Amino acid sequence: MSREKILAAVKQNKPAPVPLPEMLSFAYPVTDLTAAFTAAITKAGGATNIVKKGQPLTPAIKALFPDAQRIADFIEGDTTTNAALLQQPALLDVVVLKGQLGVAENGAIWVTDKDCVERVLPFITQHLVLVIDQPTLVGNMHQAYAVMGQQNPDYGVFIAGPSKTADIEQSLVIGAHGPRSMQVFIVEP
Amino acid sequence: MRVALFIPCYVDQFYPQVAIATLKLLQHLGLEVHYPMQQTCCGQPMANGGFEHLTHSCNSNFIKAFDGYDYIVSPSGSCVLHVKDHLHDHQQETKATQIRQRVYELCEFLTDIVQVQSIKASFPKKVALHQGCHGQRGLKLAASTETVVPWFSKPVQLLKMVEGLELVDLDRPDECCGFGGTFCVTEEAVSSAMGLSRIADYAKHDAHVVTGTDMSCLMHQEGLIKRRKLNMQILHISEVLAAGL
Amino acid sequence: MHTKPIPHAEAASAFLENKERVQWHDETLWFVRYKRDKIVNEIPEWEQLRDLASQIKDHTLSQLDQYLGQFEAAAIANGVTVHWAADAADHNRIVHSILAKHKAQKIVKSKSMLTEECHLNEYLETQGIEVVDTDLGERIVQLNKEMPSHIVLPAIHIKKEEVGEIFHQHLGTEKGASDPLYLALAAREHLRQKFLAADIAITGVNFAVAETGAIVVCTNEGNADLGAHLAKVHIACMGIEKLIPRTEHLSVFLRMLARNATGQNITAYSSHFRKPQPGSEMHIVIVDNGRTTQLGREAFRNSLKCIRCGACLNTCPVYRRSGGHSYHNATAGPIGAILAPNLDMRKNADLPFASTLCGSCTDVCPVKIDIHNQLYQWRQVLTQEGHVPAAKAAGMKVMAGVLASPARYSFAGKWARKLLRWFPSLALNKTFNPWAKQRDLPAPPKESFREWYQKNGGSK
Repeated sequence: MSREKILAAVKQNKPAPVPLPEMLSFAYPVTDLTAAFTAAITKAGGATNIVKKGQPLTPAIKALFPDAQRIADFIEGDTTTNAALLQQPALLDVVVLKGQLGVAENGAIWVTDKDCVERVLPFITQHLVLVIDQPTLVGNMHQAYAVMGQQNPDYGVFIAGPSKTADIEQSLVIGAHGPRSMQVFIVEP
Repeated sequence: MRVALFIPCYVDQFYPQVAIATLKLLQHLGLEVHYPMQQTCCGQPMANGGFEHLTHSCNSNFIKAFDGYDYIVSPSGSCVLHVKDHLHDHQQETKATQIRQRVYELCEFLTDIVQVQSIKASFPKKVALHQGCHGQRGLKLAASTETVVPWFSKPVQLLKMVEGLELVDLDRPDECCGFGGTFCVTEEAVSSAMGLSRIADYAKHDAHVVTGTDMSCLMHQEGLIKRRKLNMQILHISEVLAAGL
Repeated sequence: MHTKPIPHAEAASAFLENKERVQWHDETLWFVRYKRDKIVNEIPEWEQLRDLASQIKDHTLSQLDQYLGQFEAAAIANGVTVHWAADAADHNRIVHSILAKHKAQKIVKSKSMLTEECHLNEYLETQGIEVVDTDLGERIVQLNKEMPSHIVLPAIHIKKEEVGEIFHQHLGTEKGASDPLYLALAAREHLRQKFLAADIAITGVNFAVAETGAIVVCTNEGNADLGAHLAKVHIACMGIEKLIPRTEHLSVFLRMLARNATGQNITAYSSHFRKPQPGSEMHIVIVDNGRTTQLGREAFRNSLKCIRCGACLNTCPVYRRSGGHSYHNATAGPIGAILAPNLDMRKNADLPFASTLCGSCTDVCPVKIDIHNQLYQWRQVLTQEGHVPAAKAAGMKVMAGVLASPARYSFAGKWARKLLRWFPSLALNKTFNPWAKQRDLPAPPKESFREWYQKNGGSK
């Protein structure tokens, strides 16, 4: 009954119709999207690594996390190991996932539930590695939604950097609840 | 061009020199300026206090005083904004509308209507400008730092014409001083704290003179300065622009 | 809740007694605004985005019933259970009924100003259920038995030494610790245990997309996601005003929200929840609690466009010097001062007067709410409804009489100046005259301008 009450009150109290504005497409003025993306994600506490297509990522990831014991790599790792690791996601050191696209203006990477295997993985891991193909980089959020706006995954998230907080005296602390670091591999064709 | 001088009540009573400077400045520019004796106050103190419904007779009196002039000019952004936003009279709304369209704050009148290119004033001192909020954000006398628009400032444009005047850059170029009408007494503690922040900013940048487009903001800050016996002089922008005329 | 709170001016005055803290509070929040200015100036189309955001919200409000219906239908089709709550009590009962159905004891909650507004935690406590707030700032104030003092920076009024003491008492950290890194990591360990053990996760909602039934939640810590993904049940609570028509509109709001809030390009996580996880439940509670009333108030309805970025708090010179608690309302600052009287005029009659009407809030607002004009309008409404002191009303009546007549005005002015000259101590009496507490009055001149003008005329 609250539903009917609320909808009736809205109907009665809403103003005269106002047209929906036409969406403007704002161009992104920068041409070097890789550099812009790198600058944005670095500002957000992350880092990028530029690699060539076909180049194996595992050695580079091992080098970045020399002490990591439990690495769930959903790009180059094997399924059996990953399945075993998923039994205790809270103990994961590193999770490697594929991202669908990157936004140069803010360093955000679009990841859906299909990409992250389990929704909690990009959040519960101590360190997150996202891999994106360089040609998927777009300029700004308008362009990002133009690409994936009709996709409507069950769950999707823009991830821009590691988990962070500034809730104690505005001092920035990286690694609030989620990943303490975020590495992005940009795969050039 | 018949220009009526609209002098805020507290300027009339406590800062006649500001009104005189404004009058002299306008006359110096060759304008025919009248001071209608019928005027009292724009009614802002009541309206901002929540008593706009009591301003009717004040509004009627304002219309009586200023009807028929080509321009109405005032050395106060705040009072002008109030008139522009709230002067209504259902018995003579056409006249009220005309007045709302013809009322100008002094600086915008000089830059936009008179379009002065030079001023003969000389004022060889380090000056800080306090941008009164109602003038700045309300009348758009200057770009506000919150918005992403090309920078402009009508008061600065004028002050730059004054010989020898050195305008200092402030850390917070357009923060409110805390006067706020009745706010200055009902929220005395916050009001004073805000004013003292402004004064600290002026002092940090070694300004010995503080000017602005609203004497009300300046009166509040002058009160704080005098109580602390600081070496800082307060002058309305009309006094600076008329210096040495 | 039902007693009259300490008036803003009084609470502000108390807050200002600790000069060092006020200065820190002011400068820290000013720095947030500075970072915001810097980053929005990197977007040349910023003002166009503001227009667009404002128009999208205006449009949505003008067809809110349709969009609510569309959203509900889409959400149900997505397998989400949708609940409707007319007011705070209704909302709390609904949330409690979901918890009760699942016999849930361990609840984690990420930031939601709506649940603060509804006092959900207090309600659930009376039902014997403890909710753990997982946003670090909210956890700090929760452990300290306080309300958030800022909608984005809940613990901005608390110094790190105090956080150290709170954590020492509740989390067993070292006594005297004040290093933010150490303290934040301690909270991380503490809250990870809570996430892993949680039965049910409650989150807020930043945006609700009508066409898809999806809700979007933005955090930097990742706490909304950790909670929602680890628990079997996700309850998302939202006000009816969170709706936007289409997914593509998110591009406008997500470009603005974090930039305007904290000076970041975007929050670390912008999560789009459309369907429950396989094997889990998802509930959305849609809440009115006065919003439809506000929608009917022409002068105030566009306050419902607010996206809770908190920029008007950061920029407000009064907020920075009076602290969030002085607003005695879940949402503090300028936006709180125009929302609160709608909920309870008597209780919140002081808030619209806690402003100089400087207009900075309006200029900083990403959805162009004319906040300072609404403060002015609330003053008129509150006065008309009899929520101002009788003495003030009487004084204003006298003033109106004097100012209506040039003769009475000249007479009064002349005598006021004479009295001040004869009895200067009158003007400096700090008891009768709050002006004089920290300020001198201008020296009364011998003659007013009109007297001078009458003598000297218009002559040059």
